[in-house]
Amino acid sequence: MTEKQAIYLDYNATVPIRPEVIKVMVEVMEEGGNPSSIHGIGRKAKSRMEDARSTIASIINCRPQMIVFTSGGTEANNMAILSSGRSRMITTNVEHDSIRSVSSRFDGTVDILSVDQDGIIDLGELRQLLKIDGENTVVSILYANNETGVLQDVKAISEVVHAAGALLHIDAIQAVSKVPIDFMALGVDMMSISSHKTGGPQGVGALVAFEKLPVRSFILGGGQEVGRRGGTENIAGIVGFATAISLVPQSLKKMNELETWRDEIEEKLLEHAPQACFFGKKARRLPNVSTIYMPGVTSETQVMNFDLDKICISSGSACSSGKVKSSHVIDAMSSDENIATSTIRMSLGWGSEHSDVDAFIASWKKQYDRKNA
Amino acid sequence: MTEKMLKLPIYLDYQATTPLDPRVLVVMMPFLTEKFGNPHSVEHTYGWEAGAAVEVARKQVAALIGANEEDIVFTSGATESNNLAIKGIAFAHHPARNHIITVNTEHECVLACARSLENMGFDVTYLSVNRDGMIDLDALTAAITEQTSIVSVMAVNNEIGVIQDLEAIGQICKDRDVIFHTDAAQAVGKIPLDVEEMNIDVMSISGHKIYGPKGIGAIYVRNDTHIIPLFDGGGQEQGLRSGTLSPALCVGLGKACNIAGTDMDKDYQHVGRLSQRLLGKLTVGLNSVKLNGSAVSRYPGNLNFTFSGVKSDLLVAGLRDIAISTGSACSSAKNQPSYVLDAIGLEKSDIEASVRIGIGRMSTEAEIDYAADHIIKCVSNLS
Repeated sequence: MTEKQAIYLDYNATVPIRPEVIKVMVEVMEEGGNPSSIHGIGRKAKSRMEDARSTIASIINCRPQMIVFTSGGTEANNMAILSSGRSRMITTNVEHDSIRSVSSRFDGTVDILSVDQDGIIDLGELRQLLKIDGENTVVSILYANNETGVLQDVKAISEVVHAAGALLHIDAIQAVSKVPIDFMALGVDMMSISSHKTGGPQGVGALVAFEKLPVRSFILGGGQEVGRRGGTENIAGIVGFATAISLVPQSLKKMNELETWRDEIEEKLLEHAPQACFFGKKARRLPNVSTIYMPGVTSETQVMNFDLDKICISSGSACSSGKVKSSHVIDAMSSDENIATSTIRMSLGWGSEHSDVDAFIASWKKQYDRKNA
Repeated sequence: MTEKMLKLPIYLDYQATTPLDPRVLVVMMPFLTEKFGNPHSVEHTYGWEAGAAVEVARKQVAALIGANEEDIVFTSGATESNNLAIKGIAFAHHPARNHIITVNTEHECVLACARSLENMGFDVTYLSVNRDGMIDLDALTAAITEQTSIVSVMAVNNEIGVIQDLEAIGQICKDRDVIFHTDAAQAVGKIPLDVEEMNIDVMSISGHKIYGPKGIGAIYVRNDTHIIPLFDGGGQEQGLRSGTLSPALCVGLGKACNIAGTDMDKDYQHVGRLSQRLLGKLTVGLNSVKLNGSAVSRYPGNLNFTFSGVKSDLLVAGLRDIAISTGSACSSAKNQPSYVLDAIGLEKSDIEASVRIGIGRMSTEAEIDYAADHIIKCVSNLS
């Protein structure tokens, strides 16, 4: 970033592309070539793409051929569920919009698990639901919630799901680069990931799935991606994505620091305003995000005031922000409507500095005092 | 100019993909770097500037084809646009109208959609083409029934460069009240297209075929067209295409369209001149060379030749410093003989002796001369 326009605290909406990523993307864009062409220029593009696939596979611990590149996380989520081959779906009431809406398109029955006030699903309830029809069921779970950062216990979920003969898909879009991801160790069958939440470009994602599964995109075409997803591949995007993923070790290191900053924010705000609360605080959650209730000040007012102080935060996910309605995630975790409408999300990332944290705390306190002091 | 001054290999495969125009990369860069916002974040300045750039790009795409900007939806590419058009419209009209019409020389992704609909129980008519690669308009008229929802005909063929009579097809579809979709991936920005004049209801557009980036395309959908999305999510793009848009890619496509509009005459003349030059040299230098597809109704930047008796894979392999192909990139990866050449009536031996040569904006006279010399030598050696 050459000149800082404003303090960006909305990393869960999108992450600025890392400079290392931009460098290699420009190289690839200048090289050109269609990876399906058999001449030298095409073969070079193809090998760029396959190297990228291997890089991602080695970092998230899966086999390269398990990775199907897509246009992004939304497509990957839709593809996982719609081509799962299962006639029943179980998901939760705190999913991203892309899973919420696919559940209404799903050709079969859909059961929705509720979360508790910490944002965690009840394994007993899941076990109960899976007592019938397990072998026809696909379970889709948001690993790290995009609004609160709350992490579900995927390993435990996968045991319950597989004991019943069901398939497990996780949406790990917010988790990658913020917590360690090991596809094999998590014990899932399918996993959606997205480039632009990791410091790679927008417009690329992937579905990671065991080769034996029938996953197939609704985008049919020239047989690319071993026939699983048509369309000329966005090579620059794919290589950029892989470069961002190769930087995951650095990202995770930075996360340790961000976690202490996030905790500092929550501590200082609570000291200043004892009624403030932080969604998912008691649960295991992403280190970079805090979803904060400010008593008496609506989310819209907060967003506006932060903007006046040149601080970018959001009142929910980017997809649903703008639509004036309270967050379904906060609603699911709280019974008090006023709380949901007075909550904002701030999320940190690789470019964050401690001065950003100070500015956020100062602006928050100022807004709180104007209303409550 | 001597051969030494040429940058090798020479790229003559502009139908597979085009180089990114440096002018496009320049406008994309700020959106890869400091203007990184999520265009759907409506709560702060990073989101606004990204969102505003996407809307400028939408206007640029619309302007190139005479469309209203609100009828343009960004997708991941022409393959997605074609899938959305054909399946989205077929599903939306099911079950009242369960018949679709397309052509047996369409791009593989269109045929894949048609076959998949057939498997689901839809009726599909595959129109055939004549030796020139043109459909018969009377056959099209006769094929339309009360049950027909969509007619999908490609504007410029990706393998042989033939241009269908879009205006006439559009008129027939309008008269019979069916939706006209055209896969214009190879046509947009190369020949004039106007959705109003040509009565086009739905059009697929690709970024990387018009010197823009890969991973982006668009679909034009006339505003009252009944169509359902391929997949769901945050409801972006008026609900027709969910998922976070890439402002860098949108801006790149917008600029590529803008340049294509401004430079269309210049590009066309340049490509036409080089195409004539190559055609002339090969005709003079070789005894048996045949141009496939209509000589008249064609885009000059796409030349598909049969060199009878010369195996095209040997020719492509022999021309080490020239990147040409035996057919579409999709099917060459799978090493299957061209169904397009089969459809225009070529014998199997001639199909296997055919190559596609693509000429574009960045092609030069020196490259064409080099290519012509080497093709003539290589063909002579092999025959």
